Amino acid sequence: MASLTIRNLRKSFGVVEVLKGVDLEANTGEFIALVGPSGCGKSTLLAMIAGLETVTSGEIYIGDRLVNSVQPKDRDIAMVFQSYALYPTMTVKENMAFGMESRGVPKAEQEKTIARVAALLQIEPFLKRKPGQLSGGQRQRVAMGRALVRDPALFLFDEPLSNLDAKLRVDMRTEIKKLHQRIGKTTIYVTHDQVEAMTLASRIAVMHQGEVQQFADPDTVYNRPANVFVAGFMGSPSMNFIDAEITSSGGAPTVNFPLSGGGVASLALHNGVAGRAPSKKVILGIRPEHLSRQSANNSGKQGFATMSAPVEVVEPTGAETMAVLKFGDREVVGRFSPDEAPKTGENMPLAVDMTRACLFDPATTRLI
Amino acid sequence: MADAVLTAAGVEDREAAIASRRRLISRIVIYGLLGLISIIYIVPFLVVFLNSFRTNEEIGQLGLISLPRSFRLDAWPTAWSDFCIGGQCDGVARYFWNSVAMVIPATIISTALGAINGYILSKWKFPGSEIVFGFMLLGVFMPGQIALLPWAFTLGQLGLSNSVYGLILVHCIQGLSFTTLFFRNYYVSVPDDLLKAARIDGAGFWRIFWKIMIPLSPPIIIVTVIWQFTGIWNEYLFGVVLNSGSNQPITAALVALSMSGTSVRTYDVMSAAVLIGALPPLLVYFFGGKYFVRGLTQGAIK
Repeated sequence: MASLTIRNLRKSFGVVEVLKGVDLEANTGEFIALVGPSGCGKSTLLAMIAGLETVTSGEIYIGDRLVNSVQPKDRDIAMVFQSYALYPTMTVKENMAFGMESRGVPKAEQEKTIARVAALLQIEPFLKRKPGQLSGGQRQRVAMGRALVRDPALFLFDEPLSNLDAKLRVDMRTEIKKLHQRIGKTTIYVTHDQVEAMTLASRIAVMHQGEVQQFADPDTVYNRPANVFVAGFMGSPSMNFIDAEITSSGGAPTVNFPLSGGGVASLALHNGVAGRAPSKKVILGIRPEHLSRQSANNSGKQGFATMSAPVEVVEPTGAETMAVLKFGDREVVGRFSPDEAPKTGENMPLAVDMTRACLFDPATTRLI
Repeated sequence: MADAVLTAAGVEDREAAIASRRRLISRIVIYGLLGLISIIYIVPFLVVFLNSFRTNEEIGQLGLISLPRSFRLDAWPTAWSDFCIGGQCDGVARYFWNSVAMVIPATIISTALGAINGYILSKWKFPGSEIVFGFMLLGVFMPGQIALLPWAFTLGQLGLSNSVYGLILVHCIQGLSFTTLFFRNYYVSVPDDLLKAARIDGAGFWRIFWKIMIPLSPPIIIVTVIWQFTGIWNEYLFGVVLNSGSNQPITAALVALSMSGTSVRTYDVMSAAVLIGALPPLLVYFFGGKYFVRGLTQGAIK
């Protein structure tokens, strides 16, 4: 059953159209991430689901109720804000009780609910403190606590972790995931951080310029990105894009692009992908981790193509080593394990995992 | 090596000594100037204060500005309840209570309306709200005398001419632009997310106002109350023009007192009367002054 259904949703501020026909649905218990660069409309979309922004056209259903013109308080939602938005003059307990008081929940039940949620989030020691006396991570917990006392149909998170430092962000990310697994509520989570989206979501909606570019599970979004934007946005370092041409003279089709020495790289394609290409010209997309050093393990193996390229810069990060390679006049980033890392200036023999490579149509930037 | 370190330390010492002497001189200059300016401010007050305890004869002989040779409290009760103003010989008490009856409701009502206006103009903006705010701001810059005739006419129509209620109405409206400006600018710094969270929590316009905005407001309420109280208490023009006789506030009565037609000027009683008239705002500043400064510099969210 769908907890949230959005049909052809549009939003304009004056002449500026910030949402251009969004379709989305979340099944009960699902964790949906809305991800995209700033200004893509993801926060506006969330505000419209919450009822904080009006709908220009289209439909929003929560459960099977059309909520286009329903007040935020009557939508059966709870929301966690980026700024936490805790009421500064109230104690943590009063913050959590405020919504229940507004709704006339009996005092005894309020106490019971607060005790249960405080135990769940381990915030009992702070119940009598004011938000100003809490650290960022503690405020974050309280903000979630205030949402959890509601038991709503839908949880909305608006970039809840972006005000935390890097270490705490990773910890809280895990906490949110645990929490979702425990209580199993349908969640819509807005973030600009593709790692958060990948780690948390059961499905990801990648947004750009007011449109959903792709709405699929993390694996599909990462491995079969719908277009060049999604491919470039998801993953860090991002996917390498190379203008290339397909030839199929003499048997197996290959994808070719010029190399700096005047030579041409010719990588074998597989699975009949070449037949789907509308023209000879394509954009070849290769993720950094799909480049590796040629070895007995991979050269000549099915699906791997070989070539070599000069190494410009080497950036060790400890667990892995990034290297910038020259493919013709284009810089390409590769991710290698430290023991097979290249040296600067080396002409590195490479094995490219062509089973994972993506081809895009240069005219539409769509995946072929 | 050791020598070099020692020399360097010596140079540092000398530089530190010069710097500290320079700082001392600048301190002396600053405190000297501050002291001088304070004296200039306090002397007139001191003259009036001392004269209220001197006999009128002594003031006549030695002049207004002089150290007291005598000390008596007679002038104070006389000024309060016996002195003749405009033919009525019951002192400034009546006018003092007129001012009290005017300033308290006018301060409370104008502050309350300012808070609601500021809340609406910062957090519940509607098409044209900026224009409304712009017009209200005009009131801040408009001199009071422009409104004199319209007020006289309006109060006449309402049947509130020459009454304390009329002055309450005038000061509520005249003060509205300032109180609205104070609250609006203060509430602008309250994050919108707070109100969004409250709306999702099921709170409406008034519940958000009472439970979230007002608890954040003590600093600006104190500023506005002090501003309105002293402004309304000290206001003279409306009091003297719109009201007459026993309905005037104390500011207008003090002027009438100084113009009383008797031949002998009773400086001792006048001094006491002036001080009685100045006492409430002085007390408000005395007890609320530090909150006033704090409130002016403090935002809503620390």
